[in-house]
Amino acid sequence: MTAAVEVENLTVRFGSVTALEDVSFTLKEGGFLAVLGPNGAGKSTLLKTLTGLIEPTQGSVRIAGNDARRRDSLAVSYVPQLKTIDRQFPALALELVVSGLLRRWPWRISKDDEVRATAAMKSAGVADVARTPIEHLSGGQLQRVYLARGMVRNPRLLILDEPASGIDTTGEGEFYHLLEHYQHDHPNATIVMITHDWSVARHHASDVLLLNRRVVGFGNPDAILKDELLRDAYGHRGHKHTMQVGS
Amino acid sequence: MVEAFQYGFMQRALAAGIIIAAISSYLGVFVVQRRMGFLGNGLAHSAFGGVALAILLQSHIPALDPLWIAAPFTIAVALAIQWVQQRTRLASDTAIGILFSLAMAAGIIFLSKTTRYSSDAMTYLFGSILTVGVRDVVMSIIVLALFAAALPLWGRWAYATMDGELARADAVPVERDNYILTAVLAVVIVMAMKIVGIVLIAAFMIIPAATGRLLTNRFSAMTITSVIAGIASVVIGLPLSVQLDIPSGALIIVLQSAAFFCALVARR
Ligand SMILES: Nc1ncnc2c1ncn2[C@@H]1O[C@H](COP(=O)(O)OP(=O)(O)OP(=O)(O)O)[C@@H](O)[C@H]1O
Ligand SMILES: [Mg+2]
Repeated sequence: MTAAVEVENLTVRFGSVTALEDVSFTLKEGGFLAVLGPNGAGKSTLLKTLTGLIEPTQGSVRIAGNDARRRDSLAVSYVPQLKTIDRQFPALALELVVSGLLRRWPWRISKDDEVRATAAMKSAGVADVARTPIEHLSGGQLQRVYLARGMVRNPRLLILDEPASGIDTTGEGEFYHLLEHYQHDHPNATIVMITHDWSVARHHASDVLLLNRRVVGFGNPDAILKDELLRDAYGHRGHKHTMQVGS
Repeated sequence: MVEAFQYGFMQRALAAGIIIAAISSYLGVFVVQRRMGFLGNGLAHSAFGGVALAILLQSHIPALDPLWIAAPFTIAVALAIQWVQQRTRLASDTAIGILFSLAMAAGIIFLSKTTRYSSDAMTYLFGSILTVGVRDVVMSIIVLALFAAALPLWGRWAYATMDGELARADAVPVERDNYILTAVLAVVIVMAMKIVGIVLIAAFMIIPAATGRLLTNRFSAMTITSVIAGIASVVIGLPLSVQLDIPSGALIIVLQSAAFFCALVARR
């Protein structure tokens, strides 16, 4: 079986800033990877190299055996951090989801595309806002619409950057159930997700990557989410968080 | 008002004006949603540098049509703006501010070296439909044909407008598309000089699109509304300006603004 994601000696630099240094890990198909680390650890940078948005300075990133820049782009979906989204754009939620199917903005929506998009919105729990302009959606609704947009093309790799930001605590639990549902329906689909919530990583992820420019730890949640490693990753600022680890 | 249509100059101005209005209000939806309004203004002022250069060259080559110089000049400035923006992390209005000031400064220097600048330059600054010749109509038709070839880009331009990062992640060539968009904008601005005038061209790229944004909540509908508003302002404004003896560019902009404020009030 080919690995879903294979990162080898990945280094990414922005001018004089080294965002990632010598990062290596392999994630098997059907895995659910939680990426954790302090602000500025290079988490978003790692995800952007997976989507092909950023080119490695050194090393390689392979998605299902192919170079990340030359991958089949319908096989990968990227759900961006919500704070980067332009709410001013005139769009219905349904159009946003259809754009994930067409990879361009829809001039009009065909019956077929509408059926597929509506199904994805239903499974993300936002079918009722299909005809609502995105400027009128709440943050949590919009995040789910983006998830539907990510799922509509049935990707084999779903990449999410802090998907839970902007969702309330109960909604958050539901959100992760949606992801689990997706993997249940698509057993070979792989998920890579950034989170700041260690209990989420513990309960939902099959693997955890602890990142602070370099790999601090990679493996199953119980092996990685330990005090020493977390302190390593977060430095002294991790003190407050270590209290939550045992919970 | 009807008799105004019988004049040859009016027919030419209308033909060129409708084409220019359609294209610029179509492009305007991207300008407005990308918050590039300042780029329209910057390119218009850059076009002035091109016109000034042409007027200077005319003393050697009398038959030279200023558009032939202004168009490549403005495209070059447009591409330079795009390039500076991509090479640096400067905000777009900074890159635009630098390059259009440079183009204007060059224009002023060119004009200082010519003897008969005032009247010719005024034509381009404020527009004059009386000067729209058969050549200008032919040029607009050529631009329209080129522009029609770019119509399939709507879906990609719109996608990148909504979220450039998502478009890039989906392998859309966003940078290349942006260069094309800026170059097309430059061409249309140059074409619009004689009808609207450099001073008011930017409005063509902003007001109809803003009206479209107020009245619709889908990007496709916004595009259609904008084009209709742009064409209507020319079809009504040109003959009316002759009737009332008002500069046509100014009247067109007043009509566009009136439509905008009506839309603002009509919206619940
Ligand atoms: N396009 C860029 N140009 C220059 N530097 C960048 C760029 N993108 C990221 N960086 C730098 O790389 C480092 C890692 O950033 P990144 O966004 O990957 O961190 P992160 O782990 O996602 O942080 P956060 O938790 O705040 O989202 C930071 O120092 C950041 O300033
Ligand atoms: Mg980040």
